[in-house]
Amino acid sequence: MRIGLIVNPIAGIGGRVGLKGSDGAEIQHLAFELGAEPLSNLRAASALEVLSPLRETLELFTPTGLMGEDVARQKGFIPHLIGSLPQDTTTAEDTRQAALAMLDIPLELLLFAGGDGTARDIYTSVNTKLPVLGIPAGVKIQSAVFATNPRSAGEIAAAYLRGERIHLRESEVIDLDEDSYRTGLFTTRLYGYLAVPYRPHLLQSRKVPTPAAESVRMQAIASDVIENMQAGWYYILGPGTTTRAITTQLGFPKTLVGVDVYTREGAVALDVSESRLLQLINKQPTKIIVTPIGGQGFIFGRGNQQISPNVIRMVGTENIIIVSLAEKLNALQGEPLLVDTGEPEVDKLLAGYLPIVVGYREKVVYRIAF
Amino acid sequence: MKAVSPKPLPRRFHQASWDEPVIFELSQPGARGVLIPPVEPAILQEVGNVTATIPESLRRTTPPPLPEMSQVHVLRHFARLSQENLGVDLNIDIGQGTCTMKYSPKVNDQLARSPKLTDLHPLQDESTVQGILEVMWRLEQMLKEISGMDRFSLQPGAGSAAIYTNMAMVRAYHKSRGEGDQRNQVITTIFSHPSNAACAKVGGYEIITIYPDPDGYPDLSALQASVSEHTAALFITNPEDTGIFNPRIEQFVTAVHEVGGLCVYDQANANGILGITRAREAGFDMCHFNLHKTFSTPHGCGGPAAGASGVSAALAMFLPTPTVEFDGHRYYLDFDRPHSIGKIRPWYGVAQNILKAYAWIMSLGADGLREVAEIAVLNNNYLLKKVLEIHGVSAPYAKGRRRIEQVRYSWEQLSSETGVHSEEIGYRAADFGTHYWTSHHPYIVPEPMTLEPTESYSQADLDEYVAILKHIADEAYNSPATIHTAPHNSTCHRINQASYDNPDEWAITWRAYKRKVK
Amino acid sequence: MSRNKPIVYPYIPNSIPANKEEMLREINASSVDELYADIPEGIRFKGKLNLPEPLLAEAELVRHIEGLLGKNISTREKLSFLGAGCYQHYVPAVCDEINARGEFLTAYAGETYEDKGRFQALFEYQSMMGELLNMDVVNVPNYDGFQAAGTALLMAGRITGRNEVLICGTIGRDKLSKVCDYIDPHLKPMLLNYQPDCGMVDSADLKAKISAHTAAVYFENPSYLGFIETQAAEISEFAHQNGALCVVGVDPISLGVLNPPIEYGGDIVCGDIQSLGIHMWFGGGHGGFIATRDDPVFVMEFPSRLFGISSTVVEGEYGFGDVAYERTSFALREEGKEWVGTASALWGITAGVYLALMGPQGMVELGESIMQRTAYSIKKLSRVPGVKIPFDGIHFKEFIVDFNGSGQTVKSINKALLERGIFGGKDLSFEFPSLGQCALYAITEIHTQADIDRLAATLQEVLR
Repeated sequence: MRIGLIVNPIAGIGGRVGLKGSDGAEIQHLAFELGAEPLSNLRAASALEVLSPLRETLELFTPTGLMGEDVARQKGFIPHLIGSLPQDTTTAEDTRQAALAMLDIPLELLLFAGGDGTARDIYTSVNTKLPVLGIPAGVKIQSAVFATNPRSAGEIAAAYLRGERIHLRESEVIDLDEDSYRTGLFTTRLYGYLAVPYRPHLLQSRKVPTPAAESVRMQAIASDVIENMQAGWYYILGPGTTTRAITTQLGFPKTLVGVDVYTREGAVALDVSESRLLQLINKQPTKIIVTPIGGQGFIFGRGNQQISPNVIRMVGTENIIIVSLAEKLNALQGEPLLVDTGEPEVDKLLAGYLPIVVGYREKVVYRIAF
Repeated sequence: MKAVSPKPLPRRFHQASWDEPVIFELSQPGARGVLIPPVEPAILQEVGNVTATIPESLRRTTPPPLPEMSQVHVLRHFARLSQENLGVDLNIDIGQGTCTMKYSPKVNDQLARSPKLTDLHPLQDESTVQGILEVMWRLEQMLKEISGMDRFSLQPGAGSAAIYTNMAMVRAYHKSRGEGDQRNQVITTIFSHPSNAACAKVGGYEIITIYPDPDGYPDLSALQASVSEHTAALFITNPEDTGIFNPRIEQFVTAVHEVGGLCVYDQANANGILGITRAREAGFDMCHFNLHKTFSTPHGCGGPAAGASGVSAALAMFLPTPTVEFDGHRYYLDFDRPHSIGKIRPWYGVAQNILKAYAWIMSLGADGLREVAEIAVLNNNYLLKKVLEIHGVSAPYAKGRRRIEQVRYSWEQLSSETGVHSEEIGYRAADFGTHYWTSHHPYIVPEPMTLEPTESYSQADLDEYVAILKHIADEAYNSPATIHTAPHNSTCHRINQASYDNPDEWAITWRAYKRKVK
Repeated sequence: MSRNKPIVYPYIPNSIPANKEEMLREINASSVDELYADIPEGIRFKGKLNLPEPLLAEAELVRHIEGLLGKNISTREKLSFLGAGCYQHYVPAVCDEINARGEFLTAYAGETYEDKGRFQALFEYQSMMGELLNMDVVNVPNYDGFQAAGTALLMAGRITGRNEVLICGTIGRDKLSKVCDYIDPHLKPMLLNYQPDCGMVDSADLKAKISAHTAAVYFENPSYLGFIETQAAEISEFAHQNGALCVVGVDPISLGVLNPPIEYGGDIVCGDIQSLGIHMWFGGGHGGFIATRDDPVFVMEFPSRLFGISSTVVEGEYGFGDVAYERTSFALREEGKEWVGTASALWGITAGVYLALMGPQGMVELGESIMQRTAYSIKKLSRVPGVKIPFDGIHFKEFIVDFNGSGQTVKSINKALLERGIFGGKDLSFEFPSLGQCALYAITEIHTQADIDRLAATLQEVLR
C-alpha cells in the first residue's frame, strides 16, 4: 500500500508567536526571528507514530527534507523521495508541486500536515482525485479536512489502509484571505472540496439497528426540501455537499463553491454575486437554502458571503431553510451554529432557535448564535 | 498447609473458549436428534401417501440440508455456545446503561414454565384461562397505581412496540377530533430513546428533535420554539439516557398542552423513580414501561420482552384490542372496541413476561419498589463518585448534580492523552469478566460509556467494576498496546470485519459462506 | 413473623442498612432523599403506592402464583384442536434446556467477543432457516409473523418505489389489521377475492387489480385457512410480469415437504417461528422472520440486524458481527427504516436448536405426519352428519369445518365439546362471515389416530 506525506514546515509558526498565519516569506522570517519552532513536523511525527507498526506493508512517498523526509526517517520509515528541495524556506508552490507529483504515483491516501493554507494548496493540485487527510498543524483551521488531532489522523489513516469501515466524504476547503485579515477585514473563501476519510460511529448505535449511510441521509434531506418547493418561488442555494445533494436529485447544475439560484423547474443563475442576487430577488418571493460550511458550524459568513445582509433582509429570515446532517450538529457538542453576516443587526435577527432539516421530514430545532 | 492468597482485583478471568465449529460442521450423516410419533397404520391405510399428491412445483424433492446430529451433540454444542456468553447471571452487568440489567428472579422463570402457562392456547375458552387473565388484569392495576394512568395495554411485545402503540393512539386521538392532518409533527429530544423518533416516523409524522442546553438538560427554549398547532405530541424520556432528570418537565408538558398536543412519557428509565414521581403528577397523558427493564423480566439475548402502554381516561377508547376486563366475577377479553387502534401483535401480550413482572412486584410491594428506586439511585451516585476518581474520565453535563438511574461518562480526556478509545476499553473489560457497550446513538458525548448499576448489585460488585475500569485506565497510560489488541481472555481474538460491508464477501448464512469463500 | 426491623431484600444487596449508610457517607449525602433533590416537589408522588401487601417469602410467592395458574386448564389436560397462527407442536426437551440457560436468558447486547455465543447461535439459526428456505439472507428474528409481513411489504414498497400491495383474501383478520396499520400511510392495501370452492386466489381478480402501482402481491402457503395455494408459480410470474415483487408468508414447519417459495418465484419470504420448538405461552411465543436472496438491493432494506460470519486474526477461528450495519439504500421516503427494538432473539436460538434436533429426516417425517393426519381428519370429519369440508384440495395442518348444515352454531358446538374435554377449532363466523358457521381445526404431529377418532365421535354425538 502506498501513502503520501506532505509537511508544510512553516504552518503554525505565526500563531505561536502572535502572528496570524504564516504565508508569505516576510512573515516566515519574522516568525523565525521571534523564535518560532516548526510545529508541523512534530504533529506529523505523532501521526506517523500510529502508522509505524504498519511500516512493513507501506510504501511512503514524501518530498525531501523538512517537507516530509526528515520526519519519515525519524519514525523509522524508508521513504521514496519526490522532487528535490534546494532552499531552506518553502513556499506554497512547493506544496502544490509535491501534491501534483503524488497524483502520478498513484497512492491510496495522502496525508498532509498544515493548516487551511496548506489544504488549499493541496486542493489546487489534487481536487478529489485522491483521498486526502489533514494532520492539524496550522493556526487557521476552518476547513473540514482535518482529523481532530494528529494521533487520530494516524488512526483513521491506519484503519482506512487496513480496509476497515472507513468512508470518504467531500469536505470543504476554506481559507482566509490573509492580506485583508491582517488589516482587520475578515473574509473567507470556499475553495472546493477534498475527499477525506472519516470513521462513522457505527458501533455506538446498538439501539438503532439500521442506521442509514450518510449519502442516503443527504438524499433524504434533499427529498424533504424538494417536496416543499413551490411554483413561482426562487431558491438561493449556498455551497456545500448537502445543498448540492438537492440539485443532484433535481438534475440541475450547481457550481462547486458559488451561490446559485433556481426555481422548481431549473437554474435561474449560477455563481452569482451579491449585486446580481439583489437584482434577481427584487419583488420575487425567494427562499435561501444554506448549510454549515467548514468545521466551526457557520451558516452565514464562511464561504457564502454573497448572501449578504441585504439579501437576507430582502428575503426575510422566515424564508431561510437550513439543511445539515445531524452529525455536523452532534460534532458541535452543544455549541450553537454561528452566523457572521458582517452586520450585527442581521446576525441578531437570525439568532435564537431555528429548525434545521436533517432528514426526510426530520428537523432539529437548534440554537443559532453570533 | 499454606493459606491460599486472597483473590486479586481485577480477577484472573478467562472466558470459556471452545473454538466451536459452526453447527453444520458437526453434522453426522444419518444421526437423529429427536424422533416423532409414527403415523398409525390405519391412517396410512385411509389416506395413503399424501405428500405424493402435492403438485410437483410445490413439493419438496430433497430434504432440507440441515445438520444431522445426535441429541447429546446438539445439547453440547449449544451449551458450549452459552458458555461463550455472559448475562446478568454471570457478570456485574452494569455496563449496558439504559437497559436496566437487573436480577431476573429464578423463581419467576420457573413459575412461568408451568404447563399451565406454556401450554395455553390464546383461543381457549375464557373459562379455562381465568388464572392468566387475572394475572394480566392485576398487573394492569399495579401499573396504573405506579404511573397514575387510568388504563394500560399489556399487548406490546417490548418497549419500542409500546412507543409505537402510543404513537398510534396519538394519531387516532387527533384524527377523532378532526385534527389528524393538521397535527403532523412529533417533538422528541436527542437523548430520549431513538425509538421515539423512529416510531413517530413510521406513523407518518415529521420529527422535530431538540438538543440539550449547555448543562445537558433538554432545552426549554428550543421546545418553546418548536411547539405549534402542528404539534401532535411530545415523546420524552425522563430521566434521559444521560441519567439526568429534567427538573422543568412540567413546563415542557405545559408548553405542549397549550398548543393542544399530547405528552407521552417514555418510562424506560423508571427504575430510579418508582414511587417517587409518576407520569400523572408530571401531567402526562400517556406513558410506557419496559417490563424487561424496570420490572425484572429477563432480556433473552434480545427478546422476548414485554411493554406496557398507559393512557389517561380520555385515550382509553383507543387502546389496542382486546383489553382485559373484570366484572366482579370473571375475567374476560373485551373485543368490542370500535375506536381501538386494532392489534399491535398477535394475541394479547407476552404472557410469561407479564406473569414474571407481576410476581416481581408481588414479592416487593410498595415499600420494596421504593427501596428498589432508592438503592438504584444510591448505587448510581456511589458509582459516579468512584468512577470519577479515575483519571481521564468525566461525567459531562449537570456538573456537581446528582444523577438518577444511570450516568453517561466520557473517556475523552484519557483518549486524547493515550490514544485509547472507549470501545477498546469495553473490549478489554471482557478480559476481566464484564463489559460495557459504548453507549449509543447519538454520538454527542465523545468516547462515551453509560453505566446503570440498578439495585441488583452490591457495594462490592460496584467496587470490583470500578477496579476493573481503573486497571484498564492505568494500562491506557502505561501499556496501551495491551488494550489495542484486546480482548485476550475472551472467546476469540480480534475479528476481521472488512467483509461485513462488502456484498461480494458478506455471509449471513452458512450456505452463503460456503459459496463465497475460496 | 415480626417485620418491624428494616427489611433486607434478597434482590437488593445494598438494602442492608449498614451498607446503605456507608455508601451514603461515601457520597456525602445524609439520606437518599437528597439524591432526588432535582425532582421538584410539585411532581412528587405523596405517600405510599397502593399496591397489594408483598409476599416477601419465596414460598409465599410460589403458593400465590401457583394458586393463580391453577385456575388455568391447559392443552396438556384437554384435547385441543386450536391453531390459527399459534400451534401445539411438540417441544423437545433440549429446546427448553437451552433457552433456560442463564447465559442466554439473561444476556442482552454485549459485543461479539464476550457474547459470541449469542452471535453464533443466531447465525446458525439464520443459516438453518436459510437451508429450509433455500435463501442466503435471513434476519435476526423480529417481533412476530404479523410484523414480519408488514415489514416485508414495506421492503417491497421501498425496493420497487411503488405504493400499492395486493393481499390474498384469506389472510387472518388480526394479521390484516396489524399489517394495514403498519404499512399505513406508505402503502395502500387491496384484498384479493378468493375462489369459494377452494380458497385460493381468484386470478381474474388479481389481473383486475394489479397495476403499475403494485409493489407486491402477497399470499400465504399454506394459507391461514390451511389449504395449499397451488397457483403459487402462476401468481408470482404474473406479479413479476407487472414489475411487482412476490411476497409469500409461510409456516417454516411445513418446509420439510413443501417447496420453499423461492422455487416458485417468491422474492421475499416471511412468517412466524413459533412452530419451531417454542411453546404456545398463551400467545407469548412468537418471533418473525424475513428472508431474501443475497442481493444488496434487498439486504439494504432489512430494518433488523443481520449477523454474518468472518475470520479472526487467528487462523481457523470464527468471528461474527453485523453485516451491512449501515444501510445504504435509496429509501427516500422512510430512511428511518421502521422501529426495531428488543424482539425475539431467544426464540431464534430455540428455533435453531429445534431444527438441529429434527434434522432433514425429522422435518420430512414431521411434514408427512402432519399432512397424513390432516388428511385423515378431513376424511373422518367429512363423514360426520351435519359436517362439510368446504375447501377441496390439499391441506397442511389446518382445514375449515363447515357446520352450517348442522343447525348449530360453532359457539354452541364448542361449548358442548368443552364439556366433553375438547377444545374445538377457532370460530371463523366473525372473521369470515360469508362462510357462515365454520371453524378452523388444527392437527399436528401430537394428535394421534385415537384423538382424531375421538373428535369425530364426539362431534357426531354433539351434532345429533
